[in-house]
Amino acid sequence: MKQVTEPNHLQLNKQGQLKHFLTLDGLDKALLTEILDTADSFIEVGARSIKKVPLLRGRTVVNLFFEASTRTRSTFELAAKRLSADVLNLNISTSATSKGESLSDTLQNLEAMASDMFVVRHSQSGAPHFIAESVTPNVSIINAGDGRHAHPTQAMLDMLTIRQHKGCFEGLSVAIVGDILHSRVARSQIRALKILGVSEVRVIAPNTLLPVDIESLGAKVFGCMKEGLDNVDVVIMLRLQRERMEGALLPSEDEFYKLYGLTTEKLKYAKPDAIVMHPGPINRGVEIESAVADGPQSVILNQVTNGIAVRMAVMSMAMSGHVAGRDA
Amino acid sequence: MTELIDVEGLLETMCQGLTDHLAARKIENPCVVGIRTGGVWLAEIIHKKLEITDDCGELDISFYRDDFTRIGLNPKVKPSVLPFETEGRHLILVDDVLMSGRTIRAAMNELFDYGRPASITLVALIDLEGRELPIQADVVGQKVALSGSQQIKLKGPDQLVLEITDK
Repeated sequence: MKQVTEPNHLQLNKQGQLKHFLTLDGLDKALLTEILDTADSFIEVGARSIKKVPLLRGRTVVNLFFEASTRTRSTFELAAKRLSADVLNLNISTSATSKGESLSDTLQNLEAMASDMFVVRHSQSGAPHFIAESVTPNVSIINAGDGRHAHPTQAMLDMLTIRQHKGCFEGLSVAIVGDILHSRVARSQIRALKILGVSEVRVIAPNTLLPVDIESLGAKVFGCMKEGLDNVDVVIMLRLQRERMEGALLPSEDEFYKLYGLTTEKLKYAKPDAIVMHPGPINRGVEIESAVADGPQSVILNQVTNGIAVRMAVMSMAMSGHVAGRDA
Repeated sequence: MTELIDVEGLLETMCQGLTDHLAARKIENPCVVGIRTGGVWLAEIIHKKLEITDDCGELDISFYRDDFTRIGLNPKVKPSVLPFETEGRHLILVDDVLMSGRTIRAAMNELFDYGRPASITLVALIDLEGRELPIQADVVGQKVALSGSQQIKLKGPDQLVLEITDK
């Protein structure tokens, strides 16, 4: 039996299986590897003429998005449908809460509809934890991105993409470039990369776009692309999150592109077989050159395909952990 | 107590039975699919002995089991591999032990998600009592009656051994 550590009393059952998926903090390599292996099997399902398995038949999954999203919401929806679940998409910003209903009332109403799983995106860090603590024990919560805190399914689909192209994590050097400060993706990626045992995680960003605690996560900070990208195996670009910026964190986008934008020239600092990733949506000419985004080293669209498989894996494992945990 | 069954003899019976069955039904150019893990070992033997042209298929039925709500997802699930189009083909489905019939139900559901085969022939090395679904094998190596306290397991893959042990 696995040791259940403090942040995990909520997301693991007594057998150490996933029942919610809120954060990568405290999860071990074996569990992350199980997610990746299960996702591999779902990739095969996605290649069939009938891309559906009956695992979650009769279950109801509610996509609870308090913040706009296209890619994440639609891949979660497809993932749930390919598992044969019924899916309800709620765009909360335009529904009940704007009519004055409190979050707990909205949740109670959804539970009364016999929902089995909530996929939650929220602008406040910790919202999925709060919901996991307050729902009935039969509902599973999946974090689809909360504030600046975490985006664990995005990190896992990135890990799957890296494993597909590089085979394993040992010995890899990975650079994450750009707006680390506002990025829940970067935080989850750094956690996942450390747990899976890469040799080195680098972050490359201007000081104004770095969080103060970045080195405590185990990442090495670089201020310039030439040193930061030197000999890396994987380059992960982040979107410049203009909508979250308050005050003058950047002199200008042009200046940012000149210093930190990934161009064909700058990509030459990395290993010749380095892969280029981006969680999307990409801002062409702001953080990445079109020639790189569409180039032979780019695996950006693979990430999207892998997103469906990883979400199928996490959803079925969490539902499974609920089922198995109920008898315990 | 452990009891061993002569696997070589059973394989001989099974392959001969299958050859006769296919001839009687006038089935030509079939494909063979094994259910993990024991069924895959047997499917490879059939593949070789019957000189089947298409590569051997492997099914992992974890996503199709009917006991998900009781035991959850198999943490060691592997991708199924069907290296041929199943649409309109004659399939030979192979498992090591046939008992309740639930595994075969799941396997047939999975096969139909790849397309509509012309036919499915079911082959099992061991046929046990205890059917819970109306499913019978077309070809069996041997029918075995176990006492309630016994179980049977095929071990491999290098040398196939059938073991009857007390639970």
